[in-house]
Amino acid sequence: MSASINEIQDEIIEEFELFDDWMQKYDHLIEMGKSLPIMDASLKTDDRLIKGCQSKVWLVTSKKNGLIEYFADSDAVISKGVIAMLIRVLNNHTPEEIVNADLYFIDRIGLKEHLSPNRSNGLVSMIRQMKLDALALSN
Amino acid sequence: MTPTVSIQPQDALYWNKIRNDFPILQQSVNGYPLVYLDNAASSQKPQQVIDSIVHYYTTYNANVHRGVHTLSQKGTDAFEAARKKVQHFIGANSEKEIIFTKGTTNSVNLLAYTFSQQMLMPDDEILITAMEHHANLVPWQMACERTGAKLRVIPMNDEGELQLDQLDNLITDKTRLISVVHVSNALGTVNPVKYIIDKAHNHHIPVMIDGAQAIPHQPVNVKELDCDFYCFSGHKMCAPTGIGVLYAKQTWLEKLPPFEGGGEMISDVSFEKTTYNELPFKFEAGTPHIEGVIALGQAIDYLENIGMDAIYAREMYLHNLAYEKLNTIPGFIPVGKAAKKASVISFLIDGIHPYDLGVILDKQGIAVRTGHHCTQPIMKQFNIPGTVRASFAFYNSEQDVEFFIAAIKKAVKMLS
Repeated sequence: MSASINEIQDEIIEEFELFDDWMQKYDHLIEMGKSLPIMDASLKTDDRLIKGCQSKVWLVTSKKNGLIEYFADSDAVISKGVIAMLIRVLNNHTPEEIVNADLYFIDRIGLKEHLSPNRSNGLVSMIRQMKLDALALSN
Repeated sequence: MTPTVSIQPQDALYWNKIRNDFPILQQSVNGYPLVYLDNAASSQKPQQVIDSIVHYYTTYNANVHRGVHTLSQKGTDAFEAARKKVQHFIGANSEKEIIFTKGTTNSVNLLAYTFSQQMLMPDDEILITAMEHHANLVPWQMACERTGAKLRVIPMNDEGELQLDQLDNLITDKTRLISVVHVSNALGTVNPVKYIIDKAHNHHIPVMIDGAQAIPHQPVNVKELDCDFYCFSGHKMCAPTGIGVLYAKQTWLEKLPPFEGGGEMISDVSFEKTTYNELPFKFEAGTPHIEGVIALGQAIDYLENIGMDAIYAREMYLHNLAYEKLNTIPGFIPVGKAAKKASVISFLIDGIHPYDLGVILDKQGIAVRTGHHCTQPIMKQFNIPGTVRASFAFYNSEQDVEFFIAAIKKAVKMLS
């Protein structure tokens, strides 16, 4: 059985505990972004953009065997790292699990000041769009 | 204003003393000393401005213009003294020409609304420029929607300078007003507003200047400019937020209808008819932002004590110092290369998103602005998502510049 949303969150928290300065944490975040598969330019359309980010973040959501699959890209490496981290947590779960997920890991990985709700970093918009997409595919 | 020539831009002793007037600058952010380079968004406040607000509420808070009691009189005196300070600071003819508003945006909206009511007919034209802040674009667009007038735009070249050779073609017998930004917040371009004003006046067209980025950084004299309207904000010139100014020639203020109705702006009210108060009160409905006005007066005292010429020289010195060093960083791309510029550096580093750079700079205590700077048409023209903008104020230091450059180098290393 694959890991639950909370198990993945705990795993990420543990990973970040290994780093003691902000530079290493951001390096790790950026690396996570680089691990995302490359998105074809034809998929980067305006209707796939998440509104509310200072950078462009494209999100494609689909459902396979009852589980949600996310695919995303961004023109900024930090935003790409953030969305990659969210995908890692939420991917391959049911719409219900995703909609009800409490994403506590953000407060705990020591990137709070940058990933906190603020209109320019778009974290809130990303989570909202991922949950909305999951909800739309729930039936 | 007397130009101060004795203070040199490199006089470390003097400028360190000035920097110490700003308590907020003496802190650390994310474990690094704060380097505040977002002055074009909002300036910091010297202690005497902060104190003036506390002093007002501690000793003479009361509503102005109405009460016969001592506190109200004292408040009114301080309030109107501040209006006189603004008048002298910008060289207006009379204090009647100084309307207090919430800020530049509110000033432009006041003018666009009242002007459109009185002066605009279908197919009339309002002329703005390609480098306007949304605050000097959207209110005119709304005025055009209300009246059927059209918005026309003076284009800008790739250096970020207005293409004024096109002005003669753009001014028509339908042009009712020209509204131009004095200093571009996104590019730092200083526009030749006097040239535009003279040209417009040859055609009997009034001119509004958006001076939000000019007033805090250089001497401005509305009488010499001969502009019809000039708008600016307190918070960019060491005063609090929520206070701004609309300067207008008295003849215009007499001609234009009031903006908002309510107390303070009336002379006589009955259910049948209301007559309006004299200038400037006709445009100041309701209880004003009293402590904001008083603190704006203090900010002007503070700036005048240093001298706007000295401030300009200091800021350009810091700007040039930073620019030279930035220019040595591989991939540095300045956005806006006008011949005449203010102390704003808008730039990109090749291959790095401005948002990423802004985040990593903030982690190192550096406050800059990233994004489109409320000037999306400019970003579209240059086909860029936004820029990183470092804007310098006189209270910045050579050390700020050094830390800024070092932080950029570190960020570039992480992000490329």
